[in-house]
Amino acid sequence: MKKLIKLVPAAILVLFISAFTLNKTVSNGYGIGDIAEDFSLKNIDGNMVSLSDYKEAKGFIVTFTCNTCPFAVMYEDRIQALNEKYAPKGYPVIAIMPNNTDVKPGDALPEMKKRAEEKGFTFPYLIDEGQHVYPKFGATKTPHIYVLEKTNKGNVVKYIGAIDDNHTDASAVKVKFVENAVDALLVGKEVEQKETKAIGCTIKV
Amino acid sequence: MKIVLHKTLNRFLHKSLLNYKKCKEVLFNFIVMKLKALFVAILLMASCKENSKITEVVKETTKEVAVNTSETNDVKLEIYDFAGFEQFLNKKDDKTYVVNFWATWCAPCVKELPYFEKLNSEYQSKNVEVILVSLDFPHMYDKKLKPFIKENALKSKVIVLEDPDMNSWIPKVDKGWSGSIPATVIYKNDTSRFYEQSFNYEELQQEVNQFLK
Repeated sequence: MKKLIKLVPAAILVLFISAFTLNKTVSNGYGIGDIAEDFSLKNIDGNMVSLSDYKEAKGFIVTFTCNTCPFAVMYEDRIQALNEKYAPKGYPVIAIMPNNTDVKPGDALPEMKKRAEEKGFTFPYLIDEGQHVYPKFGATKTPHIYVLEKTNKGNVVKYIGAIDDNHTDASAVKVKFVENAVDALLVGKEVEQKETKAIGCTIKV
Repeated sequence: MKIVLHKTLNRFLHKSLLNYKKCKEVLFNFIVMKLKALFVAILLMASCKENSKITEVVKETTKEVAVNTSETNDVKLEIYDFAGFEQFLNKKDDKTYVVNFWATWCAPCVKELPYFEKLNSEYQSKNVEVILVSLDFPHMYDKKLKPFIKENALKSKVIVLEDPDMNSWIPKVDKGWSGSIPATVIYKNDTSRFYEQSFNYEELQQEVNQFLK
């Protein structure tokens, strides 16, 4: 009993601390249904790109990715495939490189350009200079996908998470999360799986 | 349970293999140098044979038990899917477990590993154990993970979590985990905390100390 009494303050303390750290780990970014603010970021060709430039688009597959994360690299071809499949249908991929390039020189703009040329990226590959955009989204890692639907009110966040359920082997994928989300939106349906989780590289601050 | 069994079997196997080799060596000397003692040798031979039979049996059993264990570079990996791994998040033995999710490709993870290693050795007496959970890609096990473990002489327990359906298991580790690494769970019995962040040694100590009060 005495032991138990001793444990009570300890338990309260632990509760207290975990309450605080919980707040710390919950990101302040967009949730499902939120309106994503437009941005203006530099593309690898030097031009600035905004979502509003895409007059014909029905929505966007905003992809936080980079050169240096092996996870992101594994998904490069699949990101490219997404753009090839969905840009003609009105959902282009907009890739954003969110890392601090002082920490990751391999993600600097010239390196991004090189990688895009090597891989033949057909989508814009933007750099989040000053790292102001990714925190608004609440992106924490690469790759991290946000599917947006263009509405009268703005670009509404409809899906957040991974591209599919198997990072190591594209041929072993069972569920294509992003494709399912965009397919649903294209026929005016609700996205069934709105959020998914995947391992990725922490965005370098 | 699996590991304990596996370890015991391995030890036994190792021992009996050694015995067998030793036995053979001794025998050889015996036959060449002391023909007079031939009858003794024959007796010994019989016992060696028996020994080797045991070895064979154990070998087979080990194969069966350790299906998920791959072995090269002298580093053995314990590989689990999430169902197999979950036990490491649910031990209720009054020990404080520090479970760190990392990968050799994750620079901030590699940077903080020495702190976890230090914690593991310095807090051993305080009933704290570090478990390093590698999320390396399967095709990198031999190329990167094993050499890394060997070169850095990691003392903490290293296990590999190989379960590509991450969306199914990440929330089971912690609902708030977005999936970025490094990430760490510290727990003791039913009290558990999750950290999606990097640590330095002082921060790590501070967190672990909360569990030791």
